Amino acid sequence: MKNKGQDVYMISGGVTKFTKASPEADFRLRTKKAFDYALNDVGMTLKDIDGSVASYFSDHFQRQLMSGIMAQDYLGLTPKPSKRVEGGGATGGLSFQAGVEEVASGRMNTCVVYGFETMSHVNTWKGNEFIALASDTNFDYPIGGFYTGYYAMMATRHMHEFGTTVEQLAKVSVKNHGNALHNPYAQSPMKITVEDVRKSPMVSYPLTRLDVCAMSDGAAVAVLANEEKAFELCDNPVLIKGIGTGTDTMRLSDRPHGKVILLPNETEADYKNLKYPGVHSFRAGRSAAKEAYQSAGITDPLEELDIVELHDAYTSSEIQTYEDLGLCKYGEGGHFVEEGKADLKGKVAVNPSGGLLACGHPVGATGIMQAVFMFWQLQRTIKKHFKDDALQISNAKRGLIHSHAGTGTYVTATIMEAVK
Amino acid sequence: MTINPKAKLEETQDGTVVYNFDPLIVKSHYEIDYVHSYAQDSEFFKALGRQELMGSKCKKCGYTYGTPRGHCMECGSETEWYKLPNEGKIHAFTTCYFGGEAFLNETPFHLVLVEFEGVDSLFMSRIIGVDTEDLYVGMPIRAKFRRNLKLNPTDVYFVPKA
Repeated sequence: MKNKGQDVYMISGGVTKFTKASPEADFRLRTKKAFDYALNDVGMTLKDIDGSVASYFSDHFQRQLMSGIMAQDYLGLTPKPSKRVEGGGATGGLSFQAGVEEVASGRMNTCVVYGFETMSHVNTWKGNEFIALASDTNFDYPIGGFYTGYYAMMATRHMHEFGTTVEQLAKVSVKNHGNALHNPYAQSPMKITVEDVRKSPMVSYPLTRLDVCAMSDGAAVAVLANEEKAFELCDNPVLIKGIGTGTDTMRLSDRPHGKVILLPNETEADYKNLKYPGVHSFRAGRSAAKEAYQSAGITDPLEELDIVELHDAYTSSEIQTYEDLGLCKYGEGGHFVEEGKADLKGKVAVNPSGGLLACGHPVGATGIMQAVFMFWQLQRTIKKHFKDDALQISNAKRGLIHSHAGTGTYVTATIMEAVK
Repeated sequence: MTINPKAKLEETQDGTVVYNFDPLIVKSHYEIDYVHSYAQDSEFFKALGRQELMGSKCKKCGYTYGTPRGHCMECGSETEWYKLPNEGKIHAFTTCYFGGEAFLNETPFHLVLVEFEGVDSLFMSRIIGVDTEDLYVGMPIRAKFRRNLKLNPTDVYFVPKA
C-alpha cells in the first residue's frame, strides 16, 4: 500500500447461526443479535461507535431496497455516518476493507461492519436465477448461464490444464464439512466421504450438490478500531496487517491468456507454458493476494500464514484459490488438498470453520463471518465462542481471509495478525 | 371538500396465500417486463439473422474478441466489428442438471466456452447433439443458427463438427 494510514485492529465480532431459513427473525433482528454479541463481548456501548459500513448483496431476495439503512436505524446507529458496500460474493470482504479504510484514514476511531443476507424468501432456483443476473445479461445469462455452470466450466478447464481430479475436488468437501462438525454456527456440518460427494446429485458436471455451497439466512458483525481505542476497549485485539483487492472481467469469455502475475516466491520459469489466467485461475485472487502480501511484508505465504479462511463457494474454487494465494504453485492445488496440507493439522489450516461449503453463504454476511472466525482463532478464543476447542489452531499467529465475487470478478485478501 | 366519517374500503375476495402463521409468512408476487436495449452490442444480435457470428477487433492494438465489446480492455481504444469463423473448438464445458428457475425446464443442457482460431478471447454458448461423455476440451464444433430468431444469444448454438 502506498499509504497505510493508521493501524487498524479488529476488537470484537459476532455471528448468527447460518440456516437455510430463519423466518422468525428478519435481517434487522438477525444483525442486531450479532451486533449485541459483539458489543457485549468487549463491553462496548453505542456511544463507542463512530460509524458503520453495511454489507449486503442483493435487493432482489427480499424486494427491499435500502436494507442497509433499515439495519442502521434498528441498531440505533442513526445519525452516525454509514454507507452500503456491494460487490457480489465479495461484498463482505469489500465491506470489511471499507471499514478498515474508515479507521485507517483517521475519519473514524471505531467502525462497525455489519453484514446480512436473507435468501430464504425465494426458492433455491429463483435464487440461482437472481445470482445469475450477476453475469452479463446480454450474453451469458440468457443461454441458461448460472453460477454453478460457470464454475463447472472453469473446473473442467482446470482438470484439462493440470490433471486435477473430481476426487481431489471432493476432498475439499469432506474436509470442510468435517471441520464444521465442531462449529456451532455452521449450517451443514457433515461427516462424509469422497464417495458420498460423487454420489450426490449432479448440479453441473463435474460439480455435485456436495461440491457447492448452500444459500442461507445469516448475519455477522465485525468491530474495528484504531490503536488507542482498540487497547482501551479490548484486552486482546487483532491487527489488520494488510489488505489487497483484485478485479477481473465480468465475462469468463473475456479473460486473457497472458503471463502469470508472480508472487515473491515464484519465478517466470515456473510457468513457461501456462497461459494465464484463462478460465482455470482467478487473476483477481492473485492480484488481491499480491497487494495484501506486499502490504503485510509476506514473501512466503505457506510458511508465514497459519490459517486461511477462503471463499469456497465451490470445491473447485478452493483448489483454484490455494494456487492464487501462492500456498502452492499453479497446477498443484489438487495435490495440495490430497496430501492433507490444508487440513486442520496440515501445513496451513484452510477453512477450519468449515468455509462456505459447510457454514453456508448468506452473501453479505459471509466475508464478515470469515473475519469473525479468524479473529477468534487469532485471539485463541475459539473455545469460548464455539464451546469446543477442536478447531482452535494452536499458536496461530497470522491468518488470511479471502472473499470472492462472480467468477472471480472482485476478490479481497486481508491479513490479520495476533498481537498477544 | 368531502368529509365522510363513514368512508369504507371496498371489500375484495382476493385474500392471500399463507404458508405459515407463526411467524406469519405470506405470498408476495412480483413480475416485470424490461425495455432492454442491446445498445452498442445490437449488431451482434442482428448478425445472427444473417447466420454470422460477430466479435470485435481493436482498431488500435488489433486484439480480437470472441464476444463483442465496444472498447478494448487491453488499450482502451474503440473496437470495430469482426466476423468470427463459424467453427471453433471447445475450451471448457459443462452439463447443467439444474439452473436458474427460468431454465429449469431445459435441463439437462450443455454449456461450452468456444475458442476460435486466431481470436484472442472466447465465446459462451450451448452445444447440442452430444452427451456429456462425448464432450472434451479441444473438440471441433460448428455454429448453427435459428431460422426464426428470438433475438437473444440462443439464436446461435453449436454442434459437433461432422
